[in-house]
Amino acid sequence: MLKLFSFTPAEITILLLSLKVAVFCVVLIIVPAISVAWLLARKSFFGKSLLDSIIHLPLVLPPVVPGYLLLLLLGNQGLIGKFLNIHFGFSLAFTWMGAVVASAVMAFPLMVRSIRLAISQVDRRLELAAQSLGARPISVFFSITLPLSMPGIITGLILAFSRSMGEFGATITFVGNIESETRTLPLAIYTLTQTPDGDLAALRLVIISMALALGALMISDRLERKASAQIGHIHD
Amino acid sequence: MIEISVKLKRQDFELDVSLALSQRVTAIFGPSGAGKSTLLSVIAGIIKPDQGRVVINGNAVFDSEKKINIPIHQRKIGLVFQDGRLFPHLNVEHNLTYPLKFTPEDAQQFKLKEIINLLEIDTLLNRRTHQLSGGEKQRVALGRALLSSPRLLMLDEPMASLDEALKSQILPYLKKIADEINIPMIYISHAKEEIMQITDNVIYINAGKIVRIN
Repeated sequence: MLKLFSFTPAEITILLLSLKVAVFCVVLIIVPAISVAWLLARKSFFGKSLLDSIIHLPLVLPPVVPGYLLLLLLGNQGLIGKFLNIHFGFSLAFTWMGAVVASAVMAFPLMVRSIRLAISQVDRRLELAAQSLGARPISVFFSITLPLSMPGIITGLILAFSRSMGEFGATITFVGNIESETRTLPLAIYTLTQTPDGDLAALRLVIISMALALGALMISDRLERKASAQIGHIHD
Repeated sequence: MIEISVKLKRQDFELDVSLALSQRVTAIFGPSGAGKSTLLSVIAGIIKPDQGRVVINGNAVFDSEKKINIPIHQRKIGLVFQDGRLFPHLNVEHNLTYPLKFTPEDAQQFKLKEIINLLEIDTLLNRRTHQLSGGEKQRVALGRALLSSPRLLMLDEPMASLDEALKSQILPYLKKIADEINIPMIYISHAKEEIMQITDNVIYINAGKIVRIN
């Protein structure tokens, strides 16, 4: 009975790999996502709606499509991948870093969306007041815009993290399903469902998955409330 | 001494104003839609006029001929708006000290302590801005504007959203600033009785033009 509640080494490997991929994914996209979100929320420029559409494509495409495009671009024989491989001896294909890139592409639009919404809701008159008090535009961004967007940034972080934890199609297409390297939680569940007698092990991973997702949502809610209170919004 | 001579044309509105303000406190009075706030925005650098100049104490902050247009954050004009515009993520004390980060210490005209005493806001320092009454908000906004060491203080309808009881909480402080503090001040309002309490020096404006100077 006790055994049922303790993780096996294989499960720990899967779990740690998934967490590693998700954490690196979020770290990789947070700054670009804030920058793009700010551009889309505050600036008008030529090609804005095209940029907006391209960023959102992974949300509406079957995930295997971005995965395949990544393979064409960043695979060892790909346009950029070949160059990286020859000149730097660096390869993303079939590595956990490739899994990070695949889930980053899929999570990016989610993060941009929630941060963009948050930035567009920041009262621009407060930014103007800050400027009149002597703050340069860059100081205004860091001292006013960013802190006031914090609830949306937290939501974006959690969404991206969860998306990365759950990423399947783009990952398996781009970096395959290699044990201890690219076999994250969803890939491991899939593998076990294809294995005779794998049902119980799969079910265990499913439960872990659900617990993680639930945990992420609860933490997100808490952090968001805290951040909202910090900027003077009262939650019901 | 403030010289303003600006023209601004919009689809449904035209501002054409020439003014030299030599008194320390000037009120700009007119009905809503007269162009008072537009004029303030032009002086502050929020709106760029089509042509003209704005000169504060001999320094041009805008001059269409010489292609001068100093950005808002370098104009050193303290603004107080109808809605206070306090930063909701900062408490009262941090709202007050916000402008100090952008002013070198030797250029700071006031000490935090002086402003706190002047406006009697020492008990509010740790409060969040949403816990303040309308009058308290405006006092903090005034203090914050003063702590930015402005060359000119502009108040845009600072009492318009307050009821009579709250107005009496802020008026004495406005008077104090108008009488005691040596910074040129422009006071914008559509309420005559309010203006009369601050200054006799009134400019009437309507439909984007100066109607009368008292």
